[in-house]
Amino acid sequence: MNTFLTFDLLLVLLVLTNLLLLVSSRLVTCIRTVAAQGVALALLPLVLGHDQVATIAGALLALTVVLLKGAVFPWLLFRALRVAHVKREIEPYVSYTVSLLIGILTLFAGYGIAARLPLPDPGISPHLVPVAIFTMMTGLLLLITRRKALTQVVGYLALENGIYTFGVAVARDGSPWLVELGVLLDIFVAVFVMGIAIFHISREFDHIDADQLTALKD
Amino acid sequence: MNLLLLLILIPAAAGLAAFAIGPDRPRRILLLATAALHVFITGTAAWHRPPPLGNGWLALDDLGLLFLAITSLLFLAAALYAVPYLAHEKPGAQADRTEPFLFVNAPEATFTGCLLFFLATMTLVCLTQRLGLLWVGLEATTLTSAPLIYYHRHHRSLEALWKYLVICSVGIALALLGNFCLSAATVQTPGGAAAPLALYGLIGQGHAGALQPAWLKAAFIFILVGYGTKAGLAPLHAWMPDTYSEAPALVALLSGALLNCALLGILRAFQVCLAADLGAFARDLLVLFGLFSMAVAAVFLLRQRNYPRMLAYSSIEHMGIITLGVGLGGIATAGALFHALNHSLAKAMLFLVAGNILTLYQTKEIAAVRGLGRAAPVTAALWLAGFFAITGAPPFATFLSELQILLGALSLDRWGVAALYLGLLAAIFIGMLDVFPRMVWPDPVRRGGGAPPVAGTLNFEPSADTAVPDGSPTPPPEPRHYAWRLLPPCLLAAALLVLGLAMPPALAQFFERCGMLIR
Repeated sequence: MNTFLTFDLLLVLLVLTNLLLLVSSRLVTCIRTVAAQGVALALLPLVLGHDQVATIAGALLALTVVLLKGAVFPWLLFRALRVAHVKREIEPYVSYTVSLLIGILTLFAGYGIAARLPLPDPGISPHLVPVAIFTMMTGLLLLITRRKALTQVVGYLALENGIYTFGVAVARDGSPWLVELGVLLDIFVAVFVMGIAIFHISREFDHIDADQLTALKD
Repeated sequence: MNLLLLLILIPAAAGLAAFAIGPDRPRRILLLATAALHVFITGTAAWHRPPPLGNGWLALDDLGLLFLAITSLLFLAAALYAVPYLAHEKPGAQADRTEPFLFVNAPEATFTGCLLFFLATMTLVCLTQRLGLLWVGLEATTLTSAPLIYYHRHHRSLEALWKYLVICSVGIALALLGNFCLSAATVQTPGGAAAPLALYGLIGQGHAGALQPAWLKAAFIFILVGYGTKAGLAPLHAWMPDTYSEAPALVALLSGALLNCALLGILRAFQVCLAADLGAFARDLLVLFGLFSMAVAAVFLLRQRNYPRMLAYSSIEHMGIITLGVGLGGIATAGALFHALNHSLAKAMLFLVAGNILTLYQTKEIAAVRGLGRAAPVTAALWLAGFFAITGAPPFATFLSELQILLGALSLDRWGVAALYLGLLAAIFIGMLDVFPRMVWPDPVRRGGGAPPVAGTLNFEPSADTAVPDGSPTPPPEPRHYAWRLLPPCLLAAALLVLGLAMPPALAQFFERCGMLIR
């Protein structure tokens, strides 16, 4: 199959998952979507160019990312969901329609920004950086406008997915540390998610609404 | 073995051991011993600069040494304070100070272990010259410090923890994006994108000149905002007041050290910008962020009712001052680095004294603390000394460093910046003048012949509302080992006085040398 076609298909998948994240209120859907997004971007470096498919290190890395983002994180999140007894996001600060609109605007803005920044490798798809920016902005939007602590974690995962996509764009010629950093950030997320925090929040407050965490303010 | 490796491995190993040790006493001795050993090795490394390890993975330059020394000294102060503090904290359920509920503390072994891990990660940040490893180190500081914030296990500290985790993780993620941009900028350097992001290559071998300016600008902005989140620069400072008011005093002190480490991350990116001839662009951003942080701090300081939160906003102000000084350049650079040391000492002292006041009065409300001077004279004297030190009054060293930054601004003909800087410093001084003396002297109402304190007020329990109680509340008697908790702040105050009155010439030269690296 034409690798460029596959590559663009994966990018379309990333865009679609972002749109779904912006409009879905069910937490189960959010978790599954962000997991699918993680798997899609794990495959990105593999179809990027023929030189990387061959390396065992590249394949191992992709496998690690698939396992973490596709299996470990959803498992952790579903566990937190079970403990916390919540099903859906209720009344986000910004409605789903408006979120969707803002999201699409950031996709256009992404194309504007990408046109100004010359990529190290001109052979790479021109859609990669805009999609990366769109994914980051989706994550930030979820982090800012949603009330449930769990949705905020999903937003953080999306933000991190976007940064990882960006890393794929700039780290073409294999700078190993970039990749290691990505994986480390993943591990960090794992600890962060476990962060015991959600468990403690649900035990302490009987819910996981981050917007109830308002005792400390000026 | 290389000293640099030892500096990281010793606290890490001690941290592991702290989890394993059951009884309290040996674990506390281990904490003290590790802190003392860390200071000793840092001193040795300053004397005989150890050789770099593995192509800049670990190397000690003047800038790194400065921040390492600050971290090491602050940790020693924290360890000295931790022993009597932990001895005073009761195991098992205890009543909250302001709200009617019970909570428990985290196990002491966890707390001590995380303290030591925290030291190891901060040391790593100071020692590495690889921007990637620096990022890993800073990310690890977030992880290792999170359990420290959740020491008192109740809903307020949990809220502080959640904000800390979310805001700092987003900041750290943005900094990673900045590092990716920096990697994209290396495309035309010798070796291409595979060239490691090490300072020796970018600056020492002059690769920085070949960096792509557009990508480098983007990289600096993301790194400034990302690490700035951890360094407490406005507008992403929101986690700081909450964390500082809910975590134990010595954790607040250590976050002070962490602010410096995050600042070091910004300075490293600034070094790259300077080498790539983008100094003017980076300087403007630093000056802007510095002044903005000072302004935000001034606004929130003026009507603050909670003294740990007040200290947090003061930290935001001082990180702004340091950033401003670095951004100005010239003689202000050395002043800013000197100020980083002074601010750390002064703020550490204030946090420890605030922790003592909290133990005595069991409240964080400014209005509920009155007559400290009579109740606990030494604490009151230290609190006042801290006030003068933090507002930059002579004879404390903060005066000299703030003055040097002002002179730097004037020598560069930056009149507007100088005027804003002075105006904000004055506003903050007035805001604090409203707080510190009021806590030390008794209430004027009481002094005018109010009823003498009845026996019941000895067990004064402050109510949740902030109304000024009539009559100065008498604090409960000082707890055991209280004198030991006065020792670290006394030492810090003495250090500030010595630096302010008789700065050793060797130290002044050291700051000049550090300043040369980033101007």
